[in-house]
Amino acid sequence: MAFGRSSSSGPSDRQGTPSADATAGGAAQAAASGPADPITLKILVAGGFGVGKTTFVGAVSEIRPLRTEEALTEAGRPVDDVSGVERKTTTTVAMDFGRITLREGLALYLFGTPGQDRFWFLWDELAQGALGAVVLADTRRLADSFAAVDFFERRGIPFAVAVNRFDGADRYPEGSVREALDLDPSVPMVECDARDRKSVKEVLVTVVEHAMTMATGAPEHAAT
Amino acid sequence: MKDTGQGPQAWFDGEAGPVVRPYAMTRGRTGTGARHRLDLIALVVPEPAAGRPGLDRKLSPEHVEIVERSVRTPQSIAELASGLDLPVGVIRVLVGDLLDDELVHVTRPVPPAELPDVNILREVINGLRAL
Repeated sequence: MAFGRSSSSGPSDRQGTPSADATAGGAAQAAASGPADPITLKILVAGGFGVGKTTFVGAVSEIRPLRTEEALTEAGRPVDDVSGVERKTTTTVAMDFGRITLREGLALYLFGTPGQDRFWFLWDELAQGALGAVVLADTRRLADSFAAVDFFERRGIPFAVAVNRFDGADRYPEGSVREALDLDPSVPMVECDARDRKSVKEVLVTVVEHAMTMATGAPEHAAT
Repeated sequence: MKDTGQGPQAWFDGEAGPVVRPYAMTRGRTGTGARHRLDLIALVVPEPAAGRPGLDRKLSPEHVEIVERSVRTPQSIAELASGLDLPVGVIRVLVGDLLDDELVHVTRPVPPAELPDVNILREVINGLRAL
């Protein structure tokens, strides 16, 4: 598993948000969100390059999947403070995302994570506050999903594996795919067709249900 | 790669990004002091003061566009970046300015390592099923 770049900056590095009120007056204003403010949630869609993440997002998004660029300092900002940012050398990474409005005031955003390994450090930011994640897998290239599985496992982010049915790809029994991915038994695994809206919806429901189980039920997912 | 075909002088293409470096719009700033980092899905919501056009002459066209878009419907940082075709980092700085001017506020997404309310999760499930 070619992974480890982002492990230096855990989610706990950016807990300092409550201090916003204590800073300038303008910032205090920022924290005073009214009661009617909409709620936004996000689910990440991860997996190897070319596994169908953009297609998956596009299948359910009410907007044409958008693309945004994040300017990045190279190799993992360890901590999110402003020191060092002044001299940043940037690369940009394109992220695809889509939106689903579930009701007035409640929207779900889907973010396709950058597929290339060298952008792993961006995942930490994307994973902040994520409700859950989908790891898209292609049975012909299961190894491409290892890093994503590993990432979400380590951070305790609820995720489900969705095996994208590619035309011409052999089907394997769920057990052998699970074994190949070394999945914890509690992690849901489903087949899907990333082009099909209904299928993608089902995958998302699976993820959210799993997130709910993790939030309410006994911690079936022992911390590693 | 849409800007190719400009003849032999074309030393850049679409992949190279805009010729005006994006951070010129922020006057070189890449951060906004002590304020917390704005999440990609933080929504920019207009304050009442945002309704008065031409209020502030020191706002750049990009600032104005952010305000206008948020007045139409609250926009996430990611959507603004995409809509204005600017890097997320630039949008963060510009939105930071608007926060300082109290023209907008931003919603605070669910804090890290905290799952949203179970009732909200249930709503999400039902909402997805009903799509």
